[in-house]
Amino acid sequence: MQTLVAYVENKPGVLNRVSSLARRLAINIDSLTVGPTENEEIARMTIVAHTDAKGAHRLEASLEKLVDVLLAENISDRSLLERDLALIKVSADQQSRPHLMDLLKVFRGRVVDVAPDSLIVEVSGTVDKIDGLLEVLRPYGVLEMARTGRIAMTRGGDLLQPPAETATEPQPAAKIS
Amino acid sequence: MKLTGAEILCETLEHLGVKEIFGYPGGAILPVYDALGKSKLHHVLVRHEQGATHMADGYARASGGVGVAMATSGPGATNMVTGIATAMLDSSPVVCITGQVGSKLLGSDAFQEIDITGITMPITKHNVVVSRAEDIARTVREAFLIANSGRPGPVLVDITKDAQQASAEFDWDKCAPKLPPKRRRANYDQPEFDRAVELLNSSKRPLILAGHGIMISGAMKAFAEFVHAGHFPVAMTLLGIGGFPANDPLNLGMMGMHGEAWVNHAIQEADLLIAVGMRFDDRVTGDLRTYAKSAKKIHIEIDRAEINKNVRVDAALVGDAREVLELLEPHMEKKERPDWHTRIAEMKGDSAVRDIQSLPDTGHLYAAHVINDLWKETNGDAIVVTDVGQHQMWEAQYYHHNKPRTLVTSGGLGTMGFALPAAIGAKFAKPEADVWVVVGDGGFQMTMAELATIVQEKIKINIAIINNGYLGMVRQWQEFFYDKRYVATPLVAPDFAALANSFGIRGERITTRADVVPTIRSAREYKESVLIDFRVEQEDSVYPMVPAGASLHEMIRRPNNPLVETSAEP
Repeated sequence: MQTLVAYVENKPGVLNRVSSLARRLAINIDSLTVGPTENEEIARMTIVAHTDAKGAHRLEASLEKLVDVLLAENISDRSLLERDLALIKVSADQQSRPHLMDLLKVFRGRVVDVAPDSLIVEVSGTVDKIDGLLEVLRPYGVLEMARTGRIAMTRGGDLLQPPAETATEPQPAAKIS
Repeated sequence: MKLTGAEILCETLEHLGVKEIFGYPGGAILPVYDALGKSKLHHVLVRHEQGATHMADGYARASGGVGVAMATSGPGATNMVTGIATAMLDSSPVVCITGQVGSKLLGSDAFQEIDITGITMPITKHNVVVSRAEDIARTVREAFLIANSGRPGPVLVDITKDAQQASAEFDWDKCAPKLPPKRRRANYDQPEFDRAVELLNSSKRPLILAGHGIMISGAMKAFAEFVHAGHFPVAMTLLGIGGFPANDPLNLGMMGMHGEAWVNHAIQEADLLIAVGMRFDDRVTGDLRTYAKSAKKIHIEIDRAEINKNVRVDAALVGDAREVLELLEPHMEKKERPDWHTRIAEMKGDSAVRDIQSLPDTGHLYAAHVINDLWKETNGDAIVVTDVGQHQMWEAQYYHHNKPRTLVTSGGLGTMGFALPAAIGAKFAKPEADVWVVVGDGGFQMTMAELATIVQEKIKINIAIINNGYLGMVRQWQEFFYDKRYVATPLVAPDFAALANSFGIRGERITTRADVVPTIRSAREYKESVLIDFRVEQEDSVYPMVPAGASLHEMIRRPNNPLVETSAEP
């Protein structure tokens, strides 16, 4: 599994270009998250892909060729902070509810909705942690689950910022030799 | 100055130096055509939009500038797809402008509405829909910039009809391209560069693989100086032909599936390959597991995505070929390497036996004869535009190009039907040049309607049909790999000379060797276009041949027994 971060133009069709590229390289995307950055014209993507280092290099280099991609970087080998968020609707009656509450404490999950026969649990953390919680909830009956997919950031002073708003010097238009 | 979007488009194209547009009108692009009529731009009416894209491509390849193709929405746009893909695979700067239905109708399945940006996303370098008149000028300027910078490629601009009709302010100085900011990567570091220099100077058996990138970056002079500084032998890719003179003693000729045998052997025996502006396509490497096993590899390439894609390299110098070569050249130590050059000369000596030129002249017509005679008669100075197949490989083998941009051919996509329209584009790019189409009887029938374009435009193009009555390259594969079961390759054709006449073009039919040279001479002297139908050996094959997936040194060679002597007469 490889993790890439990309800064892209925040406009229609860009997601399609990015995902279409992965498709063409026969790389299966495990998760792709996209959201705005502090600059509303730029969006940040975290792409987690089923591929090896060679495939990630191709994806990274090919992504950077897209006009709307400002930067793409494979951060798989760097020190990373990764987060995934899940909402899990689980069966819960009078009897099982206290047990569930105990379990959630261990996983630092929160109950965000309570109904007579179910709960919605919100949990965030690494993929492993969420998968772990899911395993222990399964016997109670998982009715529905929604996950955001991973977002990732390199730790400490290892910054990955979008390039500054300094468009490359416009070359003279193509002229016939 | 307030103009309509259509007028802004024409003004912008004029400012960009465009002289000709290859296109076909229709409903969704009509406002632009109305403005075209009032502009200085010359519109070349094609007979099929695929032809428009090939013409723009041929124009771009022959000139080094951007070729422009235009079509209406829907079928006009979808007919461009093959030509766009052809330009994409061969890194050719083409800008396609398509009309689109009004922006309010987008997504409604309106008449002749198609999502052409969606369709062409994987086969363009970039594409964009413009739905406001005020965005047209900047977007078109950006399209030209993207198409012909870095690794060139096609860009499609889809303009809605309401954007063409609406009015907006036009000021050339206020619509400069504004592309998203890009991170500038350091292309390579000093240790990488030093490693390349060390590999180059310590190599005993170096070989340069010269690709299309040399011409694209205008590195012909820098490349020749680099080659002579290190006294390196040079092998050419198909699209690299012309980037380094064929008559230079260090030019060995073409590599790959139908490359010269000595070139392929030299690749397999080399201890260092220096790839310049080429991408290790499967047609030049053969089986990657056995490819140049004893060689270290240096890759000089502008596209970072090509590094380590097919072949793992020992030093990667990402950048413009000319800049990198100019930096490397002063560090080259001139080494004669007599053993290596002697070895290559020996292999060349062995291979010359298979040369069709040294076979006795039986009076029969061979494609190689025709092309070799064409080379001699044109002093190697013509712009030759080929189609795809056997004749294309014979052209690469027997027409020796000394100048850049004199061979125009579809390499990456291998698009049959390319030659005739691309030659029309090349003629507009170089009106003074002697332009020859070398095309098979199969490919010619795909786009022969463009003969009418030649007549309507009153241009002079010479067309040599290498007519063997088969889809020859496919037939050859059937001969070698399918036990001569010629399924769907025998091909009925019209009387091409009579066909040419019906368009008002002079047509000839040649069946004997003796008539080749006089016919070529008279065609060159004739003021108008001439079509020559060369009836050649039907079952001749291109040698040598590396079967698909085989190792580069495992070539099928021309058998020593006499050539198959079938009649070429109908």
